[in-house]
Amino acid sequence: MTTPQKPWKKSVGLRLLDGGFAVLGLTLSGLVVLTSPMAGPEAVGFVAIPVIAIINFLRVFREGATARMNALATTLIMSAFLFLITPWLSVMGTVVSRGRAAIYSGFFTHDMRITPPKSALDMGGIKHAIIGTVIMVLLASIISVPLGILSGVYVTEIRGRFTGLVRFITQAMSGVPSIVAGLFVYSTFVLFFESYSGIAGAISLAILMIPTVARTSEEVLKLVSEDLRFAGYALGSTQSRNVFKVVLPTVRSGLVTSAVLGVARVAGETAPLLMTAQYFIASKTNPFDGPIASLPTYIFNMFQTGNRNSVDRAWGAALVLLGLVFVLFTFARVVTSARRRR
Amino acid sequence: MRVWGTVSDVAVQRRELKFKKPGIDRFFHFVVTTGALVSLLVLGLIAVFLFLRGFQIFKDMGLSFITGSLWEGTGAPGEPTTYGIAPMLVGSIVLSLVAVVIALPLSVAAALFIEFYTAPRLKKFLVSLLDLAAAIPSVIYGLWGFFILAPRATEWAISLNHLFGWFPLFHVPAPFFDGSPFIGGMVLAVMIAPIITSVAREVFSQTPPDQISAAHALGGRKWSAIRYVALPFGRSGIIGGAMLGLGRALGETVAIYLVVNIAFKTNLNILFTGSGNIASMIALKFGEASQYEVKALLAAGFVLFAFTLAVNMFATYIVNLSKRKSA
Repeated sequence: MTTPQKPWKKSVGLRLLDGGFAVLGLTLSGLVVLTSPMAGPEAVGFVAIPVIAIINFLRVFREGATARMNALATTLIMSAFLFLITPWLSVMGTVVSRGRAAIYSGFFTHDMRITPPKSALDMGGIKHAIIGTVIMVLLASIISVPLGILSGVYVTEIRGRFTGLVRFITQAMSGVPSIVAGLFVYSTFVLFFESYSGIAGAISLAILMIPTVARTSEEVLKLVSEDLRFAGYALGSTQSRNVFKVVLPTVRSGLVTSAVLGVARVAGETAPLLMTAQYFIASKTNPFDGPIASLPTYIFNMFQTGNRNSVDRAWGAALVLLGLVFVLFTFARVVTSARRRR
Repeated sequence: MRVWGTVSDVAVQRRELKFKKPGIDRFFHFVVTTGALVSLLVLGLIAVFLFLRGFQIFKDMGLSFITGSLWEGTGAPGEPTTYGIAPMLVGSIVLSLVAVVIALPLSVAAALFIEFYTAPRLKKFLVSLLDLAAAIPSVIYGLWGFFILAPRATEWAISLNHLFGWFPLFHVPAPFFDGSPFIGGMVLAVMIAPIITSVAREVFSQTPPDQISAAHALGGRKWSAIRYVALPFGRSGIIGGAMLGLGRALGETVAIYLVVNIAFKTNLNILFTGSGNIASMIALKFGEASQYEVKALLAAGFVLFAFTLAVNMFATYIVNLSKRKSA
């Protein structure tokens, strides 16, 4: 048996040639920028895109209009892509490089109870913010994960007359601005109990988490094959037994993924916490006992303080928060790919 | 003589196939249906509570709450108090439009690149990168926007004004370029681009492969296949993705709060300092608002909620339409 050939595939030599011309274009635009009033790497980028496009256009000039347009479009699409990922890489790079300054051995074991925000970076830490985030996210998960999974089960298992409605509502709900969820909890919970609290923050996070969990759990439940369900019924099982003993265990790891993605979605929410949980400088574990800190509101407060050291603290906490989101994502991906392999 | 009856004499009745759901299943159905309808309930409660708490404002201000452009007073007796959110409503729309105009072409191009120009392994990695970029908390985007993007974007704004200042949109009444809608819109663009890109990429990935092969067979290159097959096929998906991005941009709070100079004025010169959206205004005024003003902020929250919900429902409808077409 012969392996499929791809005669149209670009050879390594051709690719190197493409790269060489791109470098040539970059060098040319670098020279242009140096001899003009413009400055900085971004100016080189701005100039390089049309320059490289024109070079590639001229290279295939004799091959006809189709090839010329193709060369132009390819260059533009590739540069648009590079242009777009630059800010994301810059965000991640900046958080890592600037966040390191604030992190020292006690950063995770101290809170800000006796440390003013502007004091030196070898005092104080984010223990209270981590505890608060963990508590509120856990409570939010306890509320929203069962509800989200129930709504996924409704859409895939019961398929009742509200199926379209439930699906539509979850999608619409995922677009509710986070500050609206905060205002809602403020107007009910906080005004009623006349106090900011961790539980109020957790409820506002739960509202934002339900749609994510519902949608992803629906996606994984859809993957359960009909044969498996029919086999359960053929053995005389009731539907509830079938769901709990066959369907849900089959996609257990997928459901874990949906919960993890929900957590990643809300762990960094700031706006709703500003009007429900507020911020507090000391560690506390009781979610019913007044304002409580969290990583995002810590970052927000340290930024607001505006002092050089407090801003460094904000970057440090941002690094921890981004690391948390990254770990959750990697975890979700590993769990998912482990399931696929099995 | 005894006559035996024939079969037809005996009352033969077709037995109804009856299936009565077991009690446990009826209970199960009840629980699951209730759980699924909770999100509907929550959505309804949000609307009802924000409306009720803000009702007094709607009654006192009438339509001028939407059209008025003054935000004054605390509601104390004898003090002239007017609340109108028009400048912030306009600001929300301007900021989000700037974001979508910047993000849409780049996102569509990036989606095309990821879908049609990359090897499978690189594609998988880039899709993960997109998901991660969409999950970066907005407070981090805000920090980055303030410290990293804003200084550079101010320079770009000055050049833009230098070159195109004759055009009303790029005109500035005075040379102040910091915290402008342009810079805020750019940060929003960076935030919503992952959403638009992943929606567009998903739609492009469903392009019928035989039609792409047909384009190649007719002598087209990759761009011809994209231009005449993938783009027309994915059009409604692109529009829907852009609307979803718009919805997210309309409700963004913290990033705008950190990057833009929140000023309560209608600013249509996008390079000029000072703007804001409803969400960031609520966050700004919430801390030191009087009881009456908090009601006004809740009413503003209701307007924001209704507005974004409408945009999102429309977007969802369009995206679903394109999915059904391809199914």
